[in-house]
Amino acid sequence: MPTVGVKRDLLFEALGRSYTDEEFNDLCFEFGLELDEVTSEKDIISKEKGEGKAEGASETVLYKIDVPANRYDLLCLEGLVRGLQVFKERINLPRYEKIIPAKGEGQKMIITEETVKIRPYAVAAVLRNITFTKERYDSFIDLQEKLHQNICRRRALVAIGTHDLDTISGPFTFTAKAPSEIKFKPLNQSQEYTASQIMDLYRTDSHLRHYLHLIENKPRYPVIFDSNGVVLSMPPIINGDHSKISLKTRNVFIECTGTDMTKAKIVLDIIVTMFSEYCEKQFTVEAVEVTYPNGKTHICPELAYRKEKVKPELINKKLGISETPSSLAKLLTRMCLSSHVTGNGNNIEVEIPPTRADVIHACDIVEDAAIAYGYNNIQMVIPKTYTIANQLPLNKLTELLRLDLAAAGFTEALTFALCSTEDIADKLGMDISATNAVHIANPKTAEFQVARTTLLPGLLKTIAANRKMPLPLKLFEISDIVVKDPTKDVGARNYRHLCAIYYNKSPGFEIIHGLLDRVMQLLEVPPNEENGYTIKATEAAIQKLSRDDMEIPCSSTDIGI
Amino acid sequence: MSPSVAELLLQRLERTPPGPEGGLCSLEAAAALGLDHQTLVGAVKSLQALGEVIEAETRATTRWELSAEGEEVLRDGSPEVRLFRSVPSEGLPQSDAMKLPGAQVGFSKAMANKWLRLDKGAPGGPRIFRAVDAVQDVVQSSLRQVQEGNGSSLSERERTDLKRRKLLLEVTLKSYWIRKGSAFSTAVVRQETDLTPEMIATGSWRKLPFKAYNFSALGLPPTCGHLHPLLKVRSQLRQIFLEMGFTEMPTDNFVESSFWNFDALFQPQQHPARDQHDTFFLQDPAEAPELPANYMARVKKVHSQGGYGSQGYKYEWKVEEARKNLLRTHTTSASARALYHLARQGKFTPVKYFSIDRVFRNESLDATHLAEFHQVEGVVADRGLTLGHLMGTLQQFFTKLGISKLRFKPAYNPYTEPSMEVFSYHEGWGHWDTPGEQGLACDLLQSTQRTEEVGGGGELRRFPS
Repeated sequence: MPTVGVKRDLLFEALGRSYTDEEFNDLCFEFGLELDEVTSEKDIISKEKGEGKAEGASETVLYKIDVPANRYDLLCLEGLVRGLQVFKERINLPRYEKIIPAKGEGQKMIITEETVKIRPYAVAAVLRNITFTKERYDSFIDLQEKLHQNICRRRALVAIGTHDLDTISGPFTFTAKAPSEIKFKPLNQSQEYTASQIMDLYRTDSHLRHYLHLIENKPRYPVIFDSNGVVLSMPPIINGDHSKISLKTRNVFIECTGTDMTKAKIVLDIIVTMFSEYCEKQFTVEAVEVTYPNGKTHICPELAYRKEKVKPELINKKLGISETPSSLAKLLTRMCLSSHVTGNGNNIEVEIPPTRADVIHACDIVEDAAIAYGYNNIQMVIPKTYTIANQLPLNKLTELLRLDLAAAGFTEALTFALCSTEDIADKLGMDISATNAVHIANPKTAEFQVARTTLLPGLLKTIAANRKMPLPLKLFEISDIVVKDPTKDVGARNYRHLCAIYYNKSPGFEIIHGLLDRVMQLLEVPPNEENGYTIKATEAAIQKLSRDDMEIPCSSTDIGI
Repeated sequence: MSPSVAELLLQRLERTPPGPEGGLCSLEAAAALGLDHQTLVGAVKSLQALGEVIEAETRATTRWELSAEGEEVLRDGSPEVRLFRSVPSEGLPQSDAMKLPGAQVGFSKAMANKWLRLDKGAPGGPRIFRAVDAVQDVVQSSLRQVQEGNGSSLSERERTDLKRRKLLLEVTLKSYWIRKGSAFSTAVVRQETDLTPEMIATGSWRKLPFKAYNFSALGLPPTCGHLHPLLKVRSQLRQIFLEMGFTEMPTDNFVESSFWNFDALFQPQQHPARDQHDTFFLQDPAEAPELPANYMARVKKVHSQGGYGSQGYKYEWKVEEARKNLLRTHTTSASARALYHLARQGKFTPVKYFSIDRVFRNESLDATHLAEFHQVEGVVADRGLTLGHLMGTLQQFFTKLGISKLRFKPAYNPYTEPSMEVFSYHEGWGHWDTPGEQGLACDLLQSTQRTEEVGGGGELRRFPS
């Protein structure tokens, strides 16, 4: 869930009223947001780096607000305010308009063949006559970063570049070149570097080094030039310094390049819808013509309004409410889904704006109606569904045995299902290949290399961690182990095991033996050769007992570990 | 038979004058009787247990004693004086001086007292020289005073200083001031602690005095086994589900394919949860050998092109991603399997399902993160179910847990819509909280197959052990 930080006073100014923290928290809750933290820059720095470093930092109150992962339109102050104001019916949802310049006057971007293998998609747009202030500018940069981290999947799917259009001249070319052939002054650097030098330069950069791998080993790097050969950007790594935007920038050229066309379009739509608010002609965006290698042209941004028809009964039936079609349409309009009743009132026509790319099926619309109605206003009802409950036989047996093992004086342990290869092999005198264990590809620590194939390591670790406790220690666990099994659809399966351990200064084989006898008595398995169980010595360090195809690893008595 | 310690004590006590002034100090009495003080204290305790025979009042006395190191200083002089004395008039290389016993402490003290000076630039390395002609060993003489029992003549500062240097120890001695009690007698009658079969047989119990039970002490803890607290909670939750008519789903596969864990739940293939950072993927068996072909084709279509009233995510869906095996990140994968089987039945029958089992996330262990925890999951599938039914079911479930005030917050989940988080009001804490600390996501399931399902899922966090 992304967290958006906004200055409280700016937020309240934009909302046209102030709230107490509690009131604002309640508003967020209703809307599906969460006021995660009330803090300030000073607080954040002193928490992270110590009080001394926080000296002089801003004490302006910041709200950290958790936004649902699908709502890209709420990732900046502008979007949050617009969403909440529409929700509270204080403003009408603005209509976003794409302005297509007269023939020959608009900006063009040409995508060349070379991009296909590395970053095949690009979209672009222009925000004309925009007025930045410090706050708006910061929010503009923040939104790009939030989008990069979320929908853009750390720039892998989409990377955004914003440029001062007055410093460059189209048409623009999006191509890919060998690293040695790309040379420019990267953003906020004082000299020119080749693309290979840029990669070296950012290898230690705490922020940019995470993106280098996206193109590093490719023979050609993506790059955007203007008609004079000025480098706009080398996506997804860095923009050029030449075209960087500032508070004085009036016309912004925005390009989004990526490996996922749908997401690139969404990202561009979000940026232009959010910041066209500050254009001279509010909520208008100038289109850019993008030509693909196959000669097809696209007019960007998409800014598509989609119409859906929803039956009022469907919404009422899914939510358990009974609202009139017109009040349902009003509820949806409050969620930025401008709606009205059509026909004889048996349909609601819903218009999905370009900001709401998350609305992809009817149930998304139903969900928004529920939010606007207020989840907590919905009457709670017990379903009439009549069913007879059944326990899983395996779990039923487990529950019964657990109680009896505790009654026999053993204490239940709950240990990790994951462990190191050493735990299940070397430490038990087994070869890892003999364990048939499932191996994890990407563990963060050596503690979690494999799924356990026996419960014994967990109990031995429990003993090791509890050596301070008075002796004897008597522990048991009934839980699942995992082994590979090619006959299963996923190639592995669980087995339910029982393991018990007795730990004392003197060995007590008869104690663990007695427990085994008790378990077998409960399971009605007699101690004999024909149809029951017997204990046989094995060469392995662990005593094992077998009956039919069942193998129960039964712990050894402790011999002075 | 020689008299017991208690008897000896009582005899001495008898000779003391009556009244508040008369009495014995347990320390002195022990010394006079030639006994260990603890032995005498034992006798005092046993006499106290008899009732009003004696009165004993605890007293604490503090005394100063020399530590082992202090004894050494008393014998050989303080380290600083010893070091001073070993420095000849022509000086001593610092490196040599530091090899002498106790030189570390001695050097710093002697330097602080300005008895020695260090010439860092001397040829052959830093060298120390005497800075004064003669010194007085004040430390040694102070310790001698303590040894002779005149510790109190030292100033508070001198004592603290010596204590800080671990040369002096402050010893607190607990002793008793013993006086005759209201039922004083020198003849001790032993009270019986247990009623024996012999006493009953002979009838002697009628005449014997019995010791009263000590009710202020704790009893003997019973020898027993225990169930694990978290698993007790699991049993309780399981019981609640059974009471509500929910049937247990099979969840005995920690290993799951990405298909069931993500794709079937409409989680796109670029979703952050499918990152290496968050999920344990498997090296062996790396891929699931078998995926349900027909169902997979439908899932692929919904992801890449849409369908069943959905626009889809419109991206290139890859079967290789779906085949990747992992340790399940939620038991919702098991619910998806259960619903798939339900959908394949010829005739639809309403069901209520639940499961409680382990799930895995790729975390490093610390006080607030675990790589494994238990998830609680419930699903109701029937025709005509509403969000109100889901909330009603949750209300019943939580009421059985003892939580009756609930609040629902809209939330986002790729596989359920509408989705919500449940907040509960904790009467004891007096504030709203998400049960189980991590939140409980409850959802109306809109599968690509059927539209009648209502589902609820929740997480039961395992407490760190």
